[in-house]
Amino acid sequence: MSAAAADSPAPLLEVDGLVVRYPVQRGLTGALLRRPRQHVHAVSGVSFTVSRGEMVALVGESGCGKTTTAQAVLRLVRPESGDVRFDGIDVTGLGPRELRRLRRRMQIIYQDPYESLDPRFRVEQTVAEALVVHREGARESRRLRVVEALELAGLSPAELYLDRYPHELSGGQRQRVAIAASLALGPDLLVADEPVSMLDVSVRAGILTILDELRDRGLAVLMITHDLSTAARFADRICVMYLGRIVEEGPAAQVIEAPQHPYTKALLSVVPRRDPRRRVKPQILRGETPNPIAVPPGCRFHPRCPAAVEDCRTIDPELRAPAGAASAGHRAACILLGR
Amino acid sequence: MSGGLLEVEDLHVWFDLPQRRELHAVQGVSFSVDRGERLGLVGESGSGKTTTILALMGLLPPTAAVAGRVLLDGEDVLARGERTVAPHRWKDVAMVFQGAMNAFNPVRRVGEQLVEPMELHGVASGTQAMRRAGELLERVGIPAARLRSYPHEFSGGMRQRAAIAMALACRPKLLLADEPTTALDVMVQAQILQLLIALADDFGLGLVLVTHDLPVVAQTCTAAAVMYAGEIVETGPMDALYHEPRHPYTRLLFAATPDLESRDVVVSIPGNPPRLDEGISGCPFRPRCDSAVERCGLERPGLRRVGGAHEAACHVAEQVPA
Repeated sequence: MSAAAADSPAPLLEVDGLVVRYPVQRGLTGALLRRPRQHVHAVSGVSFTVSRGEMVALVGESGCGKTTTAQAVLRLVRPESGDVRFDGIDVTGLGPRELRRLRRRMQIIYQDPYESLDPRFRVEQTVAEALVVHREGARESRRLRVVEALELAGLSPAELYLDRYPHELSGGQRQRVAIAASLALGPDLLVADEPVSMLDVSVRAGILTILDELRDRGLAVLMITHDLSTAARFADRICVMYLGRIVEEGPAAQVIEAPQHPYTKALLSVVPRRDPRRRVKPQILRGETPNPIAVPPGCRFHPRCPAAVEDCRTIDPELRAPAGAASAGHRAACILLGR
Repeated sequence: MSGGLLEVEDLHVWFDLPQRRELHAVQGVSFSVDRGERLGLVGESGSGKTTTILALMGLLPPTAAVAGRVLLDGEDVLARGERTVAPHRWKDVAMVFQGAMNAFNPVRRVGEQLVEPMELHGVASGTQAMRRAGELLERVGIPAARLRSYPHEFSGGMRQRAAIAMALACRPKLLLADEPTTALDVMVQAQILQLLIALADDFGLGLVLVTHDLPVVAQTCTAAAVMYAGEIVETGPMDALYHEPRHPYTRLLFAATPDLESRDVVVSIPGNPPRLDEGISGCPFRPRCDSAVERCGLERPGLRRVGGAHEAACHVAEQVPA
């Protein structure tokens, strides 16, 4: 972990007990028959922090709530309950004007650089747009900041790219433009939602290295990914999500090398290793991830858990540190911890 | 000639572009697959891997021109175009696509759709075909009762398994799988890959797994061919490719791939692949290569033996650091 994380006492981003649920349309018949209103429980009580100079990865399979969590952090969706504090400010209660002021300090990079850039905008317009929207600087100073952001994103010399259109760029270059656009306002927090999954393998490392360098410059980075290998290599801390909850969190190396939760163990066992000699017996879980409308009682993982005992049907476990954990920051939500 | 199940010899594919230009998508690809063998065809987008297997199936659009030989059990299936390839399609050679969602007709039951190719190719009909469809579903891990389900009632992983069952309907000898797990979660991916390995082992099915994902190939295939700019630049046993790569592209591609258990620095490969609508002089990888010498700009290297069944298309193959 970098020095910046140790210096600042309070984390930049604090998420506490976050709950997000979406109502399910009952339809006319449902309403007439007065069927009970159902909800998709996308995020059910998620807490974590991200400090300046730290990269935290939210990992999990599709539908686990990782993207919804990120959207709630940016107030792109409204949480049902729970707190999101950014630099001490409660984001959940902000009005539109304060929210707008705060948003320039928190930016997001999306998965698909082919979709996220306007094809009719030149690179300079794309990167400058946030500055224009937030009425930052005059035309000349804007150009300087655009150049600076492009260079930070690894498009150097920036002058070579200013007048280009997205179709003239490769996938990796487009994602760099998207990163530059998110950096133009000088944010403190960068949320990266699957930033490399649409890109070719040979250019992924370059994008991840840029995020890594931004972290070293003091940015807080929240990365959403389904790729545990990427999280293992680049994140400082990993939060493993399952069905709307964090089931394990801790320093990346510890979560990968000494997983505590049965779900994390299973997930790690099915990640293909690049060395053909390294064979890990895949521990394939029975069944599929349950429907987030009908979350199982007790531990939400118990119907698929290979280690489940009777108590798991009734006790909803909290995150806690295993006995003799190498670090206090490593916690898992399982009643069998340490047994 | 070893007389394997599939022999591809000097396959070329050109696509017509506007203004009388051509895109040379596949530039002289040769490989072979034996019964029960699992070959990975690895490459990044635009490397020609999907075009190669679509050519084997005779599924390229009319704007494509194909040259070369594709021998299936010794018979040249491309010899007279559609007339010679059509009888083998689905019957001897079957394919599984990336988007399992699109492999099925949404308004017809899964069972009917499994039966259709069997009746079309005279493999089975009526109740016998339906019984076989049930057995196929069970084989891929889905209860036979689900024959009556519609595709939307299946999860993504089940749909991909049902697509594999459909591909197996006519007892093919060769299965071509194009990124079969790319859209799926890792847990489901592991199930599909285990299934493909078991099918190759149990039925002696030859498997060609097309993917950009090196770790997937490393854990699923016995051998692989690495494609770059429309040609195979290195091929050999999986173990040799990882531990003793002889082409710089293979080595750099592994180095660009993060691994769960490695703290190695992950490095991207600078630059972009060459355009395939223009002639390439010298080695196509030279502009991005970290080991290029003068000869690489002058002469295009061909695949040559560097040990055992291991071949590489590189002038300095013997000097590549392992």
